[in-house]
Amino acid sequence: MSAPRRPTDPSGLERYYVLTGGRSGPGGAASSLDVATLVVSRAAPVPGMQHEHEEIVRRCRDPLSVAELTAHLGLPFNILAVLLADLLDAGRIEARDPIPAHHAGRGPDLALLQEVLSGLERL
Amino acid sequence: MDLKGFDHPGDPGAGGTRSVKVMIAGGFGTGKTTMVRSVSDIKPLTTEETLTQATVGVDNLIGVADKAETTVSLDFGKISLNESLMLYLFGTPGQERFWFLWNGLFKGALGAIVLVDTRRLASSFRAIEEMERQNVPFVIALNVFPDSAQHPVEEIRDALDISPHTPIVACDARDRASSRDVLVALIQHLQERSAVALESR
Repeated sequence: MSAPRRPTDPSGLERYYVLTGGRSGPGGAASSLDVATLVVSRAAPVPGMQHEHEEIVRRCRDPLSVAELTAHLGLPFNILAVLLADLLDAGRIEARDPIPAHHAGRGPDLALLQEVLSGLERL
Repeated sequence: MDLKGFDHPGDPGAGGTRSVKVMIAGGFGTGKTTMVRSVSDIKPLTTEETLTQATVGVDNLIGVADKAETTVSLDFGKISLNESLMLYLFGTPGQERFWFLWNGLFKGALGAIVLVDTRRLASSFRAIEEMERQNVPFVIALNVFPDSAQHPVEEIRDALDISPHTPIVACDARDRASSRDVLVALIQHLQERSAVALESR
């Protein structure tokens, strides 16, 4: 399998540039990604994927937040968001945004707040 | 709920897991990281952005001599509320001007805890202003340090210039139960707000 050759020991900004192909921010589906958005894989990684893409798909067999991914992969949020956008566009992952207390146009979500409270009281 | 790229809602892969987030704001050295650490189920993690060298030395260190430096990072923890609902807690960077680094950091949050060190009330002014400006519901948590003087709550409310409807609770951010109680106070505050909003429809 001849994957594209990557620079030896890329680090810092140069590494990020390589990872994202020079793109500076996510567009489309990933432009609203939140640090608490849950990411979950839709299928196993496939041969030939970019290493970081594969790593994301592998780690997200169970739902994992974007924040956890940035910490585990050691990537800044904005760089990770670009990679997640690729995977979202390719249909390899799903992303689920955090639930706000007020759903747009639907008013306060009392059932959700009660669920949160019950969970906290069990701690 | 926004389900991006979610073509098969019945797909067991998603497991139906949902997340909510609560922000922990407050001035530099008020105990945000400590609170995240004390209440999290997982070992707290950090997500960093790349402007780390920009402002070392700018923050005021009175009373926080133990904290040598600050970075533009977001400490966070996680609490499993039940099998399918995760609460993520984010300790915001003390430097409010960097909050833009994370996509709409407060958008989509249930609410916020603003930690206040009563020895240095002013250090949390910016955080309170930001919550009000971004319309994020919050409670004030007075983190009681060993040498904190006792102040009547109403005196503190005056000094912080916050509305009579915003709860003020005292806590010890190092203590899990105490930090949990602050979260409970926040959720109860949100319930009250919601009840009022429903009545006024």
